Parts: sequence; C-alpha cells; structure tokens
Amino acid sequence: MTYRLTINGASTEVAVPGMRRLLDVLREDLGLTGAKEGCGEGECGACTVLLDGAVAVSCLVPVCQVDGCDIRTVEGLGRGATGTGATTGATDAATDAADPQLGPLQRAFLETGGAQCGICTPGMLMAGEAFLASGAEPTEQAIREAIAGNLCRCTGYTKIVEAIALAAARQTELGA
Amino acid sequence: MTTDTRPGAVPADQPAAAPAPLIVTPDGPTRGRAMSGAPPRREGPAKLTGAALYTDDLVFPGAWYGTTIRSTEPRARLLAIELDPAFDWSKVAVVTAADIPGDNVVASIAADQPILVPVGGEIRHQAEPVALLAAADRETLRQARSRVRLRTEALLPVFDPLASTLEFAHYDLAKGDVEAGLAGADLIVEGTYRVGHQEQLYIENNAMIAVPRPDGGVAVHGSLQCPYYVHKALRRGLAIDADQAQVIQAETGGGFGGKEEYPSMIGLHAALLALRTGKPVRMIYDRHEDLAATTKRHPAIVTHRTGVMNDGRVVAQDIDLLMDGGAYTTLTPVVLSRATIHAGGPYDIPNVRIRGRAVMTNTPPNGAFRGFGAPQSEFAAETQLNRVAEAVGMSPLEIRRRNVYRLGGITPTQQVLRGGVAGAEVLERAAEASEFERVRSRTAGARSGRTSRDRTARGIGLALAWHGAGFTGSGEAKMGSVVSLELSADGGVRILTASTEMGQGTKTILPQIVAAELGLPFEAVEIAPQDTALVPDSGPTVASRTAMVVGGMLIGAARRLRDEVEGRTGRPFAESYRDDARSHGSTRIDQAFEPYPGVGFDDATYTGDAYPAYGWAAAVAEVEVDLDTAEVAVISVVAVDDVGRVIHPVLCEGQVEGGTLQAIGYATIEEIKLHDGRYLNDRLQTYLIPTALDAPRIETILVESPFKDVPHGAKGVGELPMDVGAPAVIAAIHDATGAWIPDLPATPERIMAALAGIAPPDPPGISTASTAWVADATADADPGAER
Repeated sequence: MTYRLTINGASTEVAVPGMRRLLDVLREDLGLTGAKEGCGEGECGACTVLLDGAVAVSCLVPVCQVDGCDIRTVEGLGRGATGTGATTGATDAATDAADPQLGPLQRAFLETGGAQCGICTPGMLMAGEAFLASGAEPTEQAIREAIAGNLCRCTGYTKIVEAIALAAARQTELGA
Repeated sequence: MTTDTRPGAVPADQPAAAPAPLIVTPDGPTRGRAMSGAPPRREGPAKLTGAALYTDDLVFPGAWYGTTIRSTEPRARLLAIELDPAFDWSKVAVVTAADIPGDNVVASIAADQPILVPVGGEIRHQAEPVALLAAADRETLRQARSRVRLRTEALLPVFDPLASTLEFAHYDLAKGDVEAGLAGADLIVEGTYRVGHQEQLYIENNAMIAVPRPDGGVAVHGSLQCPYYVHKALRRGLAIDADQAQVIQAETGGGFGGKEEYPSMIGLHAALLALRTGKPVRMIYDRHEDLAATTKRHPAIVTHRTGVMNDGRVVAQDIDLLMDGGAYTTLTPVVLSRATIHAGGPYDIPNVRIRGRAVMTNTPPNGAFRGFGAPQSEFAAETQLNRVAEAVGMSPLEIRRRNVYRLGGITPTQQVLRGGVAGAEVLERAAEASEFERVRSRTAGARSGRTSRDRTARGIGLALAWHGAGFTGSGEAKMGSVVSLELSADGGVRILTASTEMGQGTKTILPQIVAAELGLPFEAVEIAPQDTALVPDSGPTVASRTAMVVGGMLIGAARRLRDEVEGRTGRPFAESYRDDARSHGSTRIDQAFEPYPGVGFDDATYTGDAYPAYGWAAAVAEVEVDLDTAEVAVISVVAVDDVGRVIHPVLCEGQVEGGTLQAIGYATIEEIKLHDGRYLNDRLQTYLIPTALDAPRIETILVESPFKDVPHGAKGVGELPMDVGAPAVIAAIHDATGAWIPDLPATPERIMAALAGIAPPDPPGISTASTAWVADATADADPGAER
C-alpha cells in the first residue's frame, strides 16, 4: 500500500505494509531518526510525534492509520525547518553561537539544561511543543501533566519544566 | 576556574549559586529561567534537533541483525543446543561457545562469567546467553529463534543469599572495641533493613553494532560508559591484538552504571557474529531483553546494633552487611567494598565493627548503579540513626550534629579526614532551607491531633551521607589512567580522553576546565570522539571520577602544554599558540595519573585512605501519605550537596535533581519481583519509574568544600544525591504515619502492613521458588555443594 504523509511540512509517499509502525517508517524508511524507541509499548514517550497537532507515541501507530495526516517530528522544530509555526524567540548570544537553527523551545531546553543524555528529548520537545500550541496557562502542574507521558531518567524533570515555562513566557511576551 | 565558580562555600543568604529559582504561584503562570555565564552543553544542539546519532540511529549498509538465545532456567546443565532440521539454516549464522576464538570469558574482576554457556557447562541464571543468531532480515531471525531448543538437565538453584555457600568477597572493618562500646552504652537499638534490585532504566536500551575490519579485527560502535573495558573484553574473547580491536562510543542515552560492564558482553556477541558473517551486525536490545538480562543494583540485607548514650552520642556501631551478587562475580567485590566502607554513615563513632559479605545466587548478575553499594548501606545507616534518635527522644537533626564527622575525624579504615569535610555544613544548610524543625513540630502536632476522618498525613524527613570520591582504595593508582592534550599543526586545541558523555556533561566540563587553564574561550577547545583508535585509556567513566580525576589530569596536561609553548614563544599561551603551531608543528602532551600526595591504602589490611576525598550530601523530603491507600507522594525535596567545586552550575544541579529522583523511585515504587530466579516485571509496563507528576519540586543547594590535591578542587557529583534520597523519604513516611518501613521500596503494601502491625509482604530482592525446588531443597541440605 502507498500512504501519503505530510512530514514537517513536506508531502511524501511511502509504499509499505499498512501495519508497519509509524516509528519504523520515520526512522528506517524516511531516515528521520530523531524519534527514538525506548520501550516499544507506549510507556516511555521517546517516540512521541505530533499527528495533526496532537501528541502520539509513534511505536503504537500503524502507518495505515495516518494516511493523509500532518506529522511533525523533532527534525521540524528548528528555525530553518519547514512547517514550524515558530520563527522567532528571545535569544542569547551563547546559544545562538552554539546553533543558530534552534527553535524557541529547543533554545529554552539548551539554556535551562533540559536535555542531559538527550534520548527522551525529541519526544519531550514534541510534548512541550503541543503544550505551547494549546495556549493553556503554563502553570507548573499543567506543564507536568503535559509531559507525564514522557519518561526522563536523567533530569528529575525540574529543568524540563523550567524550559517549557521559559518558552511559554517568551511566547507570551512576543504575543503581547 | 570558571567565571561562575565561587570560592568556598556559598553564604547562607546568597542562594545565587544558581539563577533565581522557578517562581511558581499556585494557580498563576510560571516563569522559567535562563542559564547565565556557563557555556551551553557542547552536544546540546545535536541532541535538541534530532541530529545526535545514538547506536540504533547508525546506518551500516548490508548490516545483519543479531539476537541472543538465552536460558529459561535459573540453574541447569546444558546438554545440547538443538537446531530444528526442518528449518532452512542456510540464511542464518549460528554462534555457540565452540566458535569463540579466544577465552570464553567476559573479562572483568574474576574469570567466571562465560560469553556463552558451553555445551556441558552450567547455566547459572535465567536469561543467560547460550547461543547467538544473525540474519539479513528480522523476519528470518524471528523464525530462526523459534527453531532453537536448549536441552538441559535442571540443577538445584540457590535464591536466598542467607543460604548461599559461595562467597564472592568479604571485608571486615574495625575501629575501637565494639563490644566494650556496646557494654558501656545507655541504650542499644537493633534493626534489620532490606533492599531489593533497582534497574538503571536509561531510556536508551543497550545497543552495539560490530563491523569487521580488513585486518581480521572488529570495530564495535555502541552505547557504553567504558570504551576500554569493551576493548579489553574483545581482545581476550576474540584473541585479537590491541590494534585489531576498536571501540567507538555512539551518543549514549543514559548509563548510571548500567552501561559499565554489560556492554562488554554485548560487544563480544555482536563481534562474534560479525566475524562469522563478515557483515556488520546490529545487536540492539529491546526494553524487555534489557530488563531481563542486564545488571541491576545489588539487593542487600543490613543488620545494625547501635550503642548510644542518653545525650545522643553514638558510642558503638556493629553492622553486618550481606549483598546478593547474582550468578557471577562481575563488579561485586568493588561494590561490596564501597558499601562496607560507607555502612556506618558519615559519623565519627569511637567503636565500629562492619562485616560485609557478598554471595552468589542463581539470579542474573548484579552490577554497577549510581552510588555503587553506598545507597544500600547508607539507607540502612540513616534509618537506623533515625530510630536511635527516636529511642533517646532526640531530633534527627540534633543527633546528627552530635555525631557527624568533623575535620580530623577518623573513619573505620583509620583514615584521618584532613580536608573538605562538609557534613555539618550540608546538614545545617538543608535544615535551614527546609525549615526542618519548624515543619517537624507542625507535623507532630498534626499527628497527635489526627482523627479517623483524616484522609492524608504529611511528614518531613532528613538524611545525611558521605560519598568517597573516585575509586576505592588503591584502584586509581592501579588503573594508570592517561589523558592527552594536543595542539595540532593547524592551531586547534584538542582533548583526547576515553571519558564518555552519557548526559552528565563530560563533553562540556572537560573543555571548560582546559579552556580556563589555557585562557582560551570555551569554543576553542575541542574534545575528540571516544574511539579507542584515537584516545588513550583514561579509565572508566564511573565512580564520579571524571571531574575530579580526569579533570585534574587535564589541568596538569594544560599546564605542561602552556609551559612548553610559552617557552618557545616567550608570550602568553592564548596569544601565541597559533603561531607556535604554525612554526613548530603539533605538540602532544600525554599526562598519566599521579597519585595524590599523602594518600595511601593498604589492600592487605584494608586500612588507610579509602578515598582521596569525600563529598557530603543532605536531603530533606516532605511527603503526603494517603491514609486509605498508603500511597506516598513526595512533595518537595531540599538537596544540599558538597561537590568540592562547581564547574558548571546548571549541569551540576541537573546531576543532583536527576539523582534525587532516582533515589525517590528507589524509596517508593521501584521494585523487581522474581520467581524461579526470573525477573517478573521485565517490561516498562510493569517496572515503574517516576513521571513528571510523581516528581517533587527539588531545590538544589550546592556547597563547595574543595579537595586540595587537585587544582580545581572538584570532588564529583554524580552519585552523591543517590545516597540520601531514600532514607529521607522513609523518615518522612515515619514522621507522617509513625511507621518505620525497613524494607525498600516503601510500597503501599509494606506501609499498610506496618500500620496494621502485621507481617510485611515478602522481602525485596529474593526470588520465590516453585514448589518442586522447595521440596528438593529440603532433601538436599547443601545446595551449593556441587559447585
């Protein structure tokens, strides 16, 4: 079967069995290895992507269910990437120098120390991105609920919560 | 050394060690904070864009997939490996012990663990590797797996460490006269504490890819902490030269000790298949295999007898420590050594006897996990001290003040603490920041006024710990580590070290340290890939030794490089090194570890300076216990850690926060249940770790009491927070409910049993057994005899 997907703003077609996991389609058929497999049973959230804006664990999604969907992955979060709504953000000279291509949420993670080993980070960023897009009040509790499906073993979550809060605050400043 | 480093301890009124804490109003918006001054994580942008390549992200065209056939019994004689003749084996590579070119041994402390169990040999634990398969596609491999049968003859297993007769190691420590101390005490308190397995649960599973080299050797790319451990294992198991074995670390998604030793096994397996097939072979564990087969934190049983005076002075500690090593020696003797030395806690007690023993059971081998034995023995020590305080009617804070090590204190190995002794300081800082006594009097009031209508109970708990920095005893001197620093002909400055990045910040702090020493910007110092073909053996990335030991060696190298260049140019290094590189060509400095002056340990008598320095940690936890379900919510933790010197405040805080949450998981929810020596909850649906909603607010306070024998004063941070979290939570549960929970984790079942005054559930960490074996065990009084 052939499936049509929009990935990070670009249309693509894949000819694969319908029950092939979206995670495998992304990683092996399309070479987008940002999403990770941590458990293969939907518990860890390392494979989280956005399906039409909603968080989904791509290890539990057969590709036949996403025909025609808009899919966003960590590869689509950078400022230079296509399909990202966010194009600006308050910046910091040091992190700018480190990588000028980072989007606002990625930049906030870099500044606060929200990424350590980095394996949960792609999924965590997608969960954070969905939270920012939701327009919900960025209370600590709301942020924690938004990332409760994503396990991190390095950070204790404190700096991840701070990163999302920082990005939310900057988004509000820009919108105000 | 960095612009952020503050001399000495942070003043109490200035928590500016880090930027202002997250400001949170109960319902209103929250604001994050930005890092200032310290450089961003070196490999951060790659991790944040998905560009960082972890092992499973690496593509090797034509690679085959490998898999491991494992035992399904805890103990048996392997009679035969049978391949179904009806299956087409022409497309599958099969490797058994008979195909191993070198020694069938995973090189480690002892030579007891085979790479694959040989036919005729003994299977010693569930999920033990017996044979390897590889195929060009996953479907063929899956079918082949189901066509392999192991023919075995069951043997009687040992599950209870108390019944085991095979000892891996034992240590005895004595200071003063414990019997006289107990005899003179006003009060003697006894207690037994039991802890089970804990899984590291890095989110990236173990993974290795082996690629055959034209010279007959093999290159192994993988998720690992210690490139040269794998290198040594490949040389021995494959009987190849040092040059033919190449180990390259891929981006590594967490380790916590779990990728210290088992990568040697997986690397050998992948390499054997790669040499057999002539193809790259991928050995990527899924979560189930990783949980079922790889090492865990050692279960332990610790018994304390403590003599105390009515004024709170502890005068005698008599401690027995038993650790379950699992089926093979692995790193158990070293884990036991650290556990034994730390077993009394950070207290200067005149009469101490500590007896530590580690034994074999027919369960998967236990190994390294952040803290390396100390979390087990210090959980027991701290919970015991809290019970002693209760017995003499003293506050947990006050009893610690009266017993904590001060400068000049003498440890059970007869080590005199000559500097960097910050136990009292971290204790006071934690008590102050948490308002410990004020909250404690409030919770006591709530407890006495509690009625049956109350549905929840709040409590606060305190714990204090010490953690020896770097290797135990003579370990570092024996390791003979080397780092190199290179000024290349094109004017680049490059660090060459085998120290790995697994999230803790190696690739950021080491360039920071060298840049500061040479007066260069952070960006000007590169760090070479962790590839054994490029970098020297700087020792393993373990024991919180990277900042202190490897950082110290790099400062030595940087000073020599600077002197050499300045000697030639007559100008400051930063202004002249590019000119020097152009005119003189490249300069490489190899710096070997030099033992710290005046630090010595005698392995034969097990006395002397067990560690060159100690880090100190205190934690205060507040919990809420649901009185209907006995569920525990950890609400907040104040963590105060003396790391010697903070190199990078954000990364350092990150270590404390992450370690604290791992300790909370250990205290409350992380438990492995076993039956017939098999881990029952060997999936992520059943082995639980804390989520963002389970995690408390963690306030980190960093204290700097430097180690004077390294120029930068750093003592390490990785393991410290792991020692204090669990006893602080258990103390808080007691403060809330009045119940002491001596077994970890403090599950609702254990808390309910304690509150009801009934027998607790099964002890943690000990396998239940099928009735057939229980019957056999009764018939055979000495199950270990045939070994």
